[in-house]
Amino acid sequence: MTFLGVPLSGQMIAFFILALWIIGCGVAMLSTTKTMYMAVAIGGVFIGIAGLYFLLNAEFLGVAQIAIYAGAVTILMLFAVMLTPHDLDHLKTKASQYVFSAIGVIILLLVLITGIRKTQWVPLNNPDPSAGNDVATIGKAIFTQYAIPFELVSLILIVALVGAVVLGRKEGDQ
Amino acid sequence: MMVPLSSFLALSAILFCIGLFGALTKRNFVIVLVSIELMLNAVNINLVAFSKYGAIPNITGQVFGLFSMTVAAAEVAVGLATLIALYRNRNTSDIRDMDQMKW
Repeated sequence: MTFLGVPLSGQMIAFFILALWIIGCGVAMLSTTKTMYMAVAIGGVFIGIAGLYFLLNAEFLGVAQIAIYAGAVTILMLFAVMLTPHDLDHLKTKASQYVFSAIGVIILLLVLITGIRKTQWVPLNNPDPSAGNDVATIGKAIFTQYAIPFELVSLILIVALVGAVVLGRKEGDQ
Repeated sequence: MMVPLSSFLALSAILFCIGLFGALTKRNFVIVLVSIELMLNAVNINLVAFSKYGAIPNITGQVFGLFSMTVAAAEVAVGLATLIALYRNRNTSDIRDMDQMKW
């Protein structure tokens, strides 16, 4: 059972649907001129990427992606859009900048795709894809092998919290 | 029939390039920040894909993905606070008006 030379399976179909959804949302984000629509489109991209994580047997990361990105980050972006002027009419980019950026990005994409196609990837040597992918394994890894990075991440979070409060507060009212 | 690793890598490369194009051409601060988030997410897809399909499949890629998600969330919070401060003091959200520290 093949389609256009690609062997079809449930995972393949799911991957193609997700890929279409993600790239469609990404292109919609770039092509629309309304900032609000852009924020909604990026929410769609985040949810699609969570679906990819589920496809890769990374259930915990998929749920974290939905909670952090599709929830918190998207809502934060919407707040920022509402609090600032978002008529993009006077924010037109110069045509030359568009052309040069497009050329550079397309060259980068071609290099990456050729690199991916030319490389001989190691065949899958983990016959049981669900082995050692549960939350318990992640927790053990974080609290034993990666204990110090974990503590540093907590430090980063508290610094970011304090910094955001200091930056966002009104100046001059003691 | 598993999805091959190269499909995930190709999708991630396309997503990274979409984000890069947005970060280079958009002029609204929020949209540039969103594009940078898109690039970070593309890298996260790579990490998780290699965590399953790598030479030695293990949990490290997922742990790194979690860490990078955390740092990205902190970055968004600080970036948006910067945007609010900029808007209060300069009355603009255009990144080209953020040139006070240019030499």
